[in-house]
Amino acid sequence: MGVLENRFEGDLITTSLEQAINWARESSLWPMTFGLACCAIEMMATGASRYDIDRFGAGAFRATPRQADLMIVAGTVNFKMADRVRRLYNQMPDPKFVIAMGACTCGGGPYYKYGYNVVKGVDLIVPVDVYVPGCPPRPEALLEGLMRVQDKVRRMRQLTRGQPLELPVPARTGRVLLPEELATLEKANAFAAANKERAKPAKV
Amino acid sequence: MRADEIAAIVDELVPGAVRQRVLEAIDPYIVIDPARLPEVCRALRDDDRLRFEMLNCISGVDYLEPDPKKAAKAGFEPHLEVVYHFSSISLGHRFVVKLILPRWKDDVPGQLPEVPSVESIYRTADWHEREVYDLCGVMFTGRSGLRRILTAEDWQGHPLRKDYEFPLEYHGIRGR
Repeated sequence: MGVLENRFEGDLITTSLEQAINWARESSLWPMTFGLACCAIEMMATGASRYDIDRFGAGAFRATPRQADLMIVAGTVNFKMADRVRRLYNQMPDPKFVIAMGACTCGGGPYYKYGYNVVKGVDLIVPVDVYVPGCPPRPEALLEGLMRVQDKVRRMRQLTRGQPLELPVPARTGRVLLPEELATLEKANAFAAANKERAKPAKV
Repeated sequence: MRADEIAAIVDELVPGAVRQRVLEAIDPYIVIDPARLPEVCRALRDDDRLRFEMLNCISGVDYLEPDPKKAAKAGFEPHLEVVYHFSSISLGHRFVVKLILPRWKDDVPGQLPEVPSVESIYRTADWHEREVYDLCGVMFTGRSGLRRILTAEDWQGHPLRKDYEFPLEYHGIRGR
């Protein structure tokens, strides 16, 4: 806005429509009331008066996914809940954002090895924008995560670039697909041998 | 009332049901014939000397040492136990009844061992039996609606069995 800046009277602001939309959007992220385990207690503390998530415009916890645009997955997600989490995510209107709060949602946490019914990270179910590790994270950490979501909103360029807002729901299983040259054991051995050959110092 | 007196009354009311008495333990218990559990429970609840109004909990215990090297030293044969804790509120005494079951019915893997349900005697047994069924794999007969209570409806296996194998995948989500 360099050309137009300060050329009008003091009570007139110039901005781009996109910046105005992003500013409005980031300042009123409505989270969904969605607590699954102990992290929800910290989420409630974040919403209460001492930490006051309302300072960032995200204090309107909605009881329905249809009115929310931020899902804070607060707590252990087990397989029984996984289908429901995905359904709730699908019910949210675009643009939507997900914060994975706590160690369990980031990657299984303490249940990684022996939790037979715990999803090893909520990113296997829904696309995650911001990870907030901790067991459980302090309210300050969740506020930091919220601010990172706001950064993400601020960078959205849906008007000028025409990017689709909808993020694909991952249909992956989380298993690593090996590249073609590593697919079988023989190929992998040949690949390693070739690499070793290439890494040898050049003969003078 | 002392444990040996309770055991004697049980023996008197349901003769031949008691297989073993361990009355010196901190929690004295008797081991009974699984088929006669409803009779024993009815006697415990209805007899005026006992009056066990409350069934505190039902627990399933899987006795199995999965490591073959340690199995010889384990000190027990592989089996399942179902433990019933009773309390009498009016008389202020407690008692424990245990059932010893094979890990699989007729030693056919996959066939769950059967225990007669006491849901009609103690209403609280409903959810406890469902939980034992869900996690330990004990089939309670003679009741309705025996379905999983904690894990998902279409879950495979019984997670608290010692030889349980973790699922690799559930509804397309990686399990480990």
